[in-house]
Amino acid sequence: MKYLGYITAHLWRHKRRTFLTVSSIAIALFLFCTLRTVMTSFDAALRASADTRLVVRHAASLVFPLPLSYRDRLSQIEGITGVSFGNWFGGIYKDPKNNFAQFAVEVPTFVKLFPEVEMPADQVSAWLAERTSCVVGETIAAKYGWKLGDVIPIQGTIYPGDYRFTVRGIYKGKTADVDENTLFFHWDYLNEAMPAVRKGMVGIYWLEIPNGDMAADVSSRVDALYANSSQPTKTETEKAFQASFISMMGNVSLLMTILGSAILFAILLVTINTMMMAARERNTEIAVLKTLGFSDGLVLRLVGAEAILVSLVGGIVGCVAAWLIFQRADFTAGGMFPNFTVMPQTVGLGIVIAIAMGLVSGLVPALQAGRLRIATALRKVA
Amino acid sequence: MTPTESAVPSESLIRLRDVYKIYHREKIEIPVLTGLSMEVKAGEFLALMGPSGSGKSTLLNLIAGIDTPSRGEVWVAGASLGALKPDKLAAWRARNVGFIFQLYNLIPVLTAYQNVELPLLLTRLNGTERKKRVHLALELVGLQDRDHHFPHQLSGGQEQRVAIARAIVGDPTLLVADEPTGDLDAKNAEEILTLLQRLNQEMGKTIVMVTHDPHAAERAHATLHLEKGVLIEQEGAAR
Repeated sequence: MKYLGYITAHLWRHKRRTFLTVSSIAIALFLFCTLRTVMTSFDAALRASADTRLVVRHAASLVFPLPLSYRDRLSQIEGITGVSFGNWFGGIYKDPKNNFAQFAVEVPTFVKLFPEVEMPADQVSAWLAERTSCVVGETIAAKYGWKLGDVIPIQGTIYPGDYRFTVRGIYKGKTADVDENTLFFHWDYLNEAMPAVRKGMVGIYWLEIPNGDMAADVSSRVDALYANSSQPTKTETEKAFQASFISMMGNVSLLMTILGSAILFAILLVTINTMMMAARERNTEIAVLKTLGFSDGLVLRLVGAEAILVSLVGGIVGCVAAWLIFQRADFTAGGMFPNFTVMPQTVGLGIVIAIAMGLVSGLVPALQAGRLRIATALRKVA
Repeated sequence: MTPTESAVPSESLIRLRDVYKIYHREKIEIPVLTGLSMEVKAGEFLALMGPSGSGKSTLLNLIAGIDTPSRGEVWVAGASLGALKPDKLAAWRARNVGFIFQLYNLIPVLTAYQNVELPLLLTRLNGTERKKRVHLALELVGLQDRDHHFPHQLSGGQEQRVAIARAIVGDPTLLVADEPTGDLDAKNAEEILTLLQRLNQEMGKTIVMVTHDPHAAERAHATLHLEKGVLIEQEGAAR
């Protein structure tokens, strides 16, 4: 600690250079946290998926609906203990910029199949009792200032029309992975509003099974049942469904890893160059320190510590900025990332990477400083 | 004290025996010191004179332990410097030698106080003790009221006095000065020489000073003349 004053004094010598180096590291780590959070938010969606729930959709694509008549046949299949269904609504609340997910669900079965969506019993009862009611997640309710009894106007896009939902419940996720940015309302209300040709159509079915081991067997039996119908099905676990939903966007994980690594590597090269320049222009001072009795090892540590301090400050600024900005901005990218929260692990990893960048960028100048011969360095000046 | 240190001759503070220093530039050998032998007793004030390239600064570097001889032995303050490993040699320098440069070589981003404190960071002294010593050293050189000034806020003479404070703060046995007045005007040069003389007479510091200035050399007890790496003339008490 007694050398901290010496280290920081050098960083203040070229304030602009230090500021620019810290800023470039901060931006790199900010981007790293952002890209990693894309991946962790996907992971959160996967973690929130239950092993004991299957999703049934049209075999051709998610955009094609299935008939409501499938419900009764599905509930008769051996191994299925519950069936619920719903439709992605995709409406606009006041302004297209207000992005959040809305689902029309069959409320009585939904409540049973999704115990992780928690609400007080009286709110559940109120939701069940009122056809035009809805429930909203605690996060989104806080964002828009919704309270129980408020009426939320939503303009339908996939299902054109003006809809008004009364908030009868505000749910909380049982775990942190459960999305609290969604509005759920009665499928019946949507179905009533549809013209005759679109009535009785379901986006997806959720099936409850007693345990995850039965998933493959039940899935194949469901799909076999409708294999030769005009609306064949594709059944998979909720986790697989989420994963396939994510994979629609391509190999996101690989893309994020390549982007993140490229950014960090580019900044690392810049930082190495800056640190080498900073150490080289101080050769005389380093020789003076050694003349005073500073050992090669101590000089090496001092120069290295300077590089680590610069990187660490940049890393903390970048990671904390990412954490604060995404927390306040409530970024969801149109509902694609309902849980877009920079996790403490991501911040921790970012800071570890920053320290590693400091170590790597400080290694060469520190070794050069450590090896510097006093007489040679002083002779160059004299 | 290491075994090497215990075997040191006790009469002289500095003793060089048949010392050679040869630099290599590409494949060419450049001899700077050739078979030089000398002794300096504790408490002496010795001036080294000679033309440029005669090996004065090289000799000073060998005595201060910041360079090693190509051949021969250098004994200073109880240690055979050639036998010490780099870390031990650095620790020896911190304990025994105060170096005064021609261009002061203060660290520009540190205040006078912080510059003087640098050698004490290597000791086990706590902050309060270090503070006491730094103030004492600055007082000795007459700069107690300049402790928070940065080098660029000081005159050349004041910078050199801070450098002297830095050299003496650790209470070393030996002060080596490489043309300490070479970059100063006559008035400041006089003040610095007087200060060095006081350090020698009142505090008993052994001083070895390289200089081009015969007037500066007059302040020393003895003067050694070097030419082409060989001692050619001795005046005064040095042997």
